[in-house]
Amino acid sequence: MQMPTPDANVLSRKTQIVARLQEVLPGDAVISDEMETRAYECDALTAYKCAPLAVVLPSSTEEVSAVLKVCHDMGVPVVPRGSGTSLAGGALPTADCVLLGVARMNDVLETDYDNRFIRVQTGRTNLSVTGAVEADGFFYAPDPSSQLACAIAGNIAMNSGGAHCLKYGVTTNNLMGVTMVQMDGTVMEIGGKHLDAGGYDLLGLICGSEGQLGVVTEATLRILPKPEGARPVLMGFDSNEVAGACVADIIKAGVLPVAIEFMDRPCIEATEAFAKAGYPMCEALLIVEVEGSPAEIDEQLALILEIARRHNPVELREAKDADEAGRIWLGRKSAFGAMGQINDYMCLDGTIPVSELPCVLRRIGEMSKEYGLDVANVFHAGDGNMHPLILFDANKEGDLELCEAFGADILRLCVEVGGCLTGEHGVGIEKRDLMVDQFAPADLEAQMAVKDVFDPAWLLNPAKVFPLAASESRRSVALAAE
Amino acid sequence: MKMRPESETDLAEAIATANGPIRVQGGGTRGVTLDGDVLETGGLSGITLYEPGSLTLVAQAGTPLAEIEAALDAEGQRLAFEPMDHRGLMGTSGAPTIGGVVAANVSGPRRVSVGACRDFMLGVRYVDGTSTIVKNGGRVMKNVTGYDLVKLMSGSWGTLGVLTEVSLKVLPKPETAASVLIDGLSDADAVSAMAKALGSPFEVSGAAHIPVGLDGHPVTILRIEGFAGSVAYRADQIAALFGGLAVRVERDADAVAKGWRWVRDVEAFHGRPGDVWRISCTPSEAAALATNVGAEALLYDWGGGLIWARVTEGTDVRTRLGLFDGHATLVRGTGQAKFQPEPGPIAALSRGLRQKFDPKGILNTGLMG
Repeated sequence: MQMPTPDANVLSRKTQIVARLQEVLPGDAVISDEMETRAYECDALTAYKCAPLAVVLPSSTEEVSAVLKVCHDMGVPVVPRGSGTSLAGGALPTADCVLLGVARMNDVLETDYDNRFIRVQTGRTNLSVTGAVEADGFFYAPDPSSQLACAIAGNIAMNSGGAHCLKYGVTTNNLMGVTMVQMDGTVMEIGGKHLDAGGYDLLGLICGSEGQLGVVTEATLRILPKPEGARPVLMGFDSNEVAGACVADIIKAGVLPVAIEFMDRPCIEATEAFAKAGYPMCEALLIVEVEGSPAEIDEQLALILEIARRHNPVELREAKDADEAGRIWLGRKSAFGAMGQINDYMCLDGTIPVSELPCVLRRIGEMSKEYGLDVANVFHAGDGNMHPLILFDANKEGDLELCEAFGADILRLCVEVGGCLTGEHGVGIEKRDLMVDQFAPADLEAQMAVKDVFDPAWLLNPAKVFPLAASESRRSVALAAE
Repeated sequence: MKMRPESETDLAEAIATANGPIRVQGGGTRGVTLDGDVLETGGLSGITLYEPGSLTLVAQAGTPLAEIEAALDAEGQRLAFEPMDHRGLMGTSGAPTIGGVVAANVSGPRRVSVGACRDFMLGVRYVDGTSTIVKNGGRVMKNVTGYDLVKLMSGSWGTLGVLTEVSLKVLPKPETAASVLIDGLSDADAVSAMAKALGSPFEVSGAAHIPVGLDGHPVTILRIEGFAGSVAYRADQIAALFGGLAVRVERDADAVAKGWRWVRDVEAFHGRPGDVWRISCTPSEAAALATNVGAEALLYDWGGGLIWARVTEGTDVRTRLGLFDGHATLVRGTGQAKFQPEPGPIAALSRGLRQKFDPKGILNTGLMG
C-alpha cells in the first residue's frame, strides 16, 4: 500500500504551522512533540503507521473552523479522526498532515422525544448515544461492532452499519442533520430537525464521504422507541447452500427479522474453542432475531421455524429466556476476538447479492486452498454484507502481502457477482486501489468532481478513497498552488 | 421538439447534440413546466432484474410505476416508501415512471417510519449534462464504496443528470393493516397525540391529521401494519394510549388502504382551487407554522413533520412562515420559486455541483442549483 511522498514544503514549515495552530487553540489542544504524535500514527488497520506533523484536539465547532482555516491558508493537508477505529485506514495520517481529532467534542446538545431526535457533538461514541436515551425507552439504531469505542463522526464519515440494519438501515438512513465545517473554515448547517432535503441531498452526499468533504462537528440523529422485546433463534445446516436458501425463503415469506447472521464451519469451530457458546458443529449456522411483544415474537418465530424445518436443519434452538438469548449471541459477538486469539487476521467487508451466497462461499473456499491461507466467514446474511476473515501470520515474511492479494481477489469476486468492495467499513486506503475494479474512469471522475466542489484544493484526507493515480493531477495542482 | 431515445447510448447522444435547454420528462404527471425540448424517458422501459429473495429490483428509468407495482405485488412485495400519485392533485394525466419517482424523491405517509424514496435507493445509472454515462451504487443493500451519488441524484429533479436505470430495495407487503382513529382533536393536540403514538414501541407506520375530515370534523389517523395477530394487538395498545378520547379502530384492510391512499394523494385538495404547498418542518412546530400560513385547507402527515397547505393563489407562504427549521415547496402554482432558497454556503455548493454535472446548464434549466 503506497502513500504519496510527504510535501517537503509543508514539513519544512512545521514550526510556523504549529505556531499558527497554537494561536487559535488552547495550549493543550495542539500536540507536536514526536513522541506524542505517535499515539495517532494509525487506526484499527494497524498494518500501516505514520505519525502526523501535528495533532489538534479542538473542543468546539468554532475551534474546528479556526484550525481548518489556518491549514487551508497554509496549504496543509488535514486528516480528520473520530475514535480511530477504522478498519480501512480512513484515519491513517500522512507525515505532512495535521490530524484533527474530535474526541473532546462529546456532549449531548439536545434530546427531543416528541420529535424523536438527539443532537450530539460528533466525538461522542455510538453506544453512548443510545446510553443517553435508553432510560427513556429509546435507542439509536446503527450498531457497528466497534460501537463501544467508535465515534459518531467516524460513523458519518464511513456511513457505518451494523447487525441490525436489515430493519433499521445504516447511518445515512438515521441522520437528520449536521453542522459541517468546510476546509476553508466555512460553517454550515445541513438538514435539521425536519425530514428530507430542501434542495440537493447534501446530507446523503456527506454521509460516507470518508472525511473528504468537510469535518462534521455536530449531528442530529433519529432515535427510535425501543421494541418491547427481541428474541433470537439459532439454526444449523449441513451446507452453506441450504442455509442460503433458508435465508431467501424467510425473506420471501414476508418476515423482516432485525438481524440474520451467518457463520461457516471454520468460524463456528474457532468461536466454540474461544467462547464455548455451545454451538453445534455443522457447516453453516444462522442466528435470526425478531422483535416485538412476546406474542408477536411467537407469531414470527413460528413462521421462521416452519421455514427452517423445510430445509432439514441439524439444529434448531429457540431462546427461552434472556440467558439463552445471550448464549446464542455469545459466539457471534466474540467471533472476531476468537479469531484474534488464534491468528492475525484481515477482516474483509464486501457485499454480494444474497442469491450469490453459496457460489461465493464455494469460490472463497477454492481460493483459500490456492493461497494456502484459511478463511472463516461471518456475515450479515439478510443484506449480503460478508466479513471473510483471512488468517495469516504477521511475523512470517510475505504472509501479509499474500493475505492482501487473497483479500483483493475476494473483493474482485464480490464485484464480479454484482456486489461491491465495501458494505460498511469504507474504502480508506485499504480498498483505494481496487476502486478501478468496481468503477469506470467516468464513475470515479464524477465522484472526484464532488470533492472539487467541497474542497477545491484537495486538502481534506486527500490520499484516501480514490486510486492515487486517478487523484494525482488534482492533488498535485493543490501542491503547485502553495 | 420531442426526443424519445430507446437506449442509454441514444439518450447520451441526444444530450450531446442538444443546442438548447432540455426538459426531462417521465410520465409528465408531477407538474413541471419548463422551457426547452422535451426529452422523454419512456423509451427506456422494463424491469431488468427482480430478486424477491434479495429484496432487490432494478428497472430502466422510464418503466411505468404501475408495471413495477404489479411485479412486486405478484411476489407479495412493495415499494415501502409509498410514492404518491400526483395526477389528481396536479390535474395531470399520463403514466408515472419509476425514474420520475426517484428524480423527485417522492415518498408517502410511510416515510415517517421507513424512510424516503432516497433511503430505498441502491444504485443509479445516469447521463450527465456533458453526455457522460455514469454509474453509482449498485444492487446490494449495504454499499459504502465511494461517494453516495445515488442520494445526490435522488431528488435532484433531473438537473444533475438524466436517470437511465435505478436499483431499489423493496420490502414484503404486510399481511394486514389497521387504523386507529381519534376524533375531534385540535391541530396542536393531534400533533402531540401522533408524537405519543410514534414514540411508542408499537410501530406506527403512518400518522396523519385532517383538521376538516369528510364529515366536517377533525380526525387523526394512526396506521399499524404486519401479521394479523400483531396488528390486532398493537391497534389495541395504541387505542389504549388515548383513554378518554374518542377513539375508534378500523380493522378492514381495504378501508384502511383506501383511507391512506386518500392521505397519500392529498385527495382532499383535488379539484379545489388555489396553490398547494408542501412544508417539511419539526413536527412540534407544525400547528403554529400552519396558523401563520393562513391556509384555506390543511393536511398534516408524518406526525406533523409534513404540512400540506392549500392557499389562495399567489400567497407568499414563505414570508408568512418566516425563518423555521425546514423548507417549503410550491407543488401546485406558479407565482413563487418552486424550492426554498438556500442559505449562502449551501447555495454555493449546490451551484458548484450543478456547474460540474451540467456545465452548460441545459438540464431542466430553471429548477434547483
